[in-house]
Amino acid sequence: MSLVNQIAAVTALNFKSMPQRTLGSLSTVVAVTLVVTVLLAFLAMGEGFQKTIRGSGAADVALFLRAGAQAEANSSVTRDQLRLIEEAPGIASDASGKPLVSGELYVVVDGIKKSSNTKANLPLRGISLKGTATRPGFRIVAGRMFAPGANEIVVGSAVLKEFNGMDVGSTVRFGTSTWTVVGVFDLGGSIFESELWADIDVVQNLFQRQNVFQLARVKLEDPSKLVALKAFSEGDPKLKLEVVSEADYYAKQARSMTGLIQKLGWPLAIAMALGALAGALNTMYNSVASRAHEIATLRCIGFGGLPAFVGTLLESLALAALGGLAGSLVTWLLFDGMTASTLGSNFTQVVFKFDLSPFLVLQGILIALVVGVVGGVFPAWQAARMPVLHAYNRS
Amino acid sequence: MVGPIIQFSNVSKRFVKGKETITIFDHLDLSIQAGDFVAIMGPSGSGKTTLLNLMGGLDQATEGQITFNGAAISGLSEGQLAAWRAVNVGFIFQFYNLMPMLTAERNVELPLLLTKLSGAERRQRVQAALALVGLRERTGHYPREMSGGQQQRVAIARGIISDPKLLVCDEPTGDLDRATADEVLLMLQTLNQEMGKTIVMVTHDPAAAKYAHRILHLDKGAFTDRELAA
Ligand SMILES: Nc1ncnc2c1ncn2[C@@H]1O[C@H](COP(=O)(O)OP(=O)(O)OP(=O)(O)O)[C@@H](O)[C@H]1O
Ligand SMILES: [Mg+2]
Repeated sequence: MSLVNQIAAVTALNFKSMPQRTLGSLSTVVAVTLVVTVLLAFLAMGEGFQKTIRGSGAADVALFLRAGAQAEANSSVTRDQLRLIEEAPGIASDASGKPLVSGELYVVVDGIKKSSNTKANLPLRGISLKGTATRPGFRIVAGRMFAPGANEIVVGSAVLKEFNGMDVGSTVRFGTSTWTVVGVFDLGGSIFESELWADIDVVQNLFQRQNVFQLARVKLEDPSKLVALKAFSEGDPKLKLEVVSEADYYAKQARSMTGLIQKLGWPLAIAMALGALAGALNTMYNSVASRAHEIATLRCIGFGGLPAFVGTLLESLALAALGGLAGSLVTWLLFDGMTASTLGSNFTQVVFKFDLSPFLVLQGILIALVVGVVGGVFPAWQAARMPVLHAYNRS
Repeated sequence: MVGPIIQFSNVSKRFVKGKETITIFDHLDLSIQAGDFVAIMGPSGSGKTTLLNLMGGLDQATEGQITFNGAAISGLSEGQLAAWRAVNVGFIFQFYNLMPMLTAERNVELPLLLTKLSGAERRQRVQAALALVGLRERTGHYPREMSGGQQQRVAIARGIISDPKLLVCDEPTGDLDRATADEVLLMLQTLNQEMGKTIVMVTHDPAAAKYAHRILHLDKGAFTDRELAA
């Protein structure tokens, strides 16, 4: 009981004397706040990006890609192959009994970003009306769907928000062709909201890509049918296409980009954490020096080294934790839910939202506490070993 | 109260600074009787503070033996020595050494945190000690709200709160004016006479030394008063 009393009393002394060291304490809190803010901003960006891409893939949708093509961008599927795929087993049908197979082709067009007024790549995807049937959650939120055969586009809601001249009724020029924006669609916050959609036949014609698709997107009766579909593709020498579930495809895309964001974020945060650590050490050594007289006096009276150690360590931890909380709050206020766009893996813009989850905040607090512990333990050791004769120095 | 409370036998104290060794005491003998009030005088650098530190268990002798009530304190570990100090010695410093962010009451309570006393018992003792030094009305005041003499009285209350047999005071009136110094010295005298505290006090002030029963003169690490040894 008496040891607890001692530790409580010395820790209270420690905290009561903190106002005398406001500047040093404050600088530690600010340094840790910066570290945590930078780390969490990166992590929230990675998380948001990943969520957007992940949300784009369903388990009961399969993609046919050219064998060896890692991504849609460098894949191709012919019209003949598309016809063969329609014969494949396990594919769901639409209301009229036709198999839900959507040949799709996208071309890269220019848009002007509102934020920077600069050109950025946008994917213009040619799809058939069947294409929307493979994407549950597709919803026209303004205007109407494009009419088959017309030079009309519908734009994803993220494109409308981030790019100039995409309102319903606007006319846009891509190369030599002119298009009218007739509608805006939502698709559950997925990557497709960063796209422009038009009729596949029109896209093929105007961009001289007749009879060529990049992939076939098919709706499965249920996810387990994927195996049979793979076997079907393997077994036909005219097909030999790679079959992946849409969920797997986007998960893989998300992994590489999220990995990149994290590879940037962590080292930067750790480098800054080392700076904050130097600051914390300095602050805490100053704290111990300024309390030398008091610590030594307590030692004379008979206090052990442990209370001085614990008190100093707790002071450091408290400053770091404060920084950690402040950093989380700043990130949340500045970034959470903020919309950003970046180059996706096929070099077109992907619009996503920063997403600060509790798990990420935990990581931010953790790095703050590491700074607090390491920055406190050495000064705390010095406090515990304080020579009693410092009691004679004039305070 | 008979028998020495403190006994130095053949005590040497040396400080090593780099290649240099400074000898402060070379085979010093000293004995102080329980209940005595001893003043130690001597020029600056003669070793007065070092002597008090050895007596109060703040520093260790390089050689020889120091006993307290017959038991050796030389050879105790740092932790054991701290525990020993908590029970046996009260310290009074020239600059009071109060915690500036604690009230008089809280300052006096500090040594009791090292005991098993309950909060209520601690408070009761603190009130009694502050009353004893005439600061009953000042319990809630902070050091900066008190005069030097009052602060030193709080320090004395803290020094005696856990009822140690020995009080060591290093120039307790060095920072006070004459009248205030006399008040503090009178208080020490009362503690010596009425509570039987053994007091060892270092002072430069001959008027302060007069309050003691015995004055020892230290010069270059040795006593010049021939009669006192053993
Ligand atoms: N920790 C130490 N390390 C090295 N030398 C020391 C140490 N403490 C004291 N000394 C030296 O020992 C000698 C005696 O010091 P001490 O403080 O005991 O003198 P003093 O009589 O109390 O002097 P003053 O009247 O100035 O307080 C001095 O020369 C001092 O420099
Ligand atoms: Mg001295």
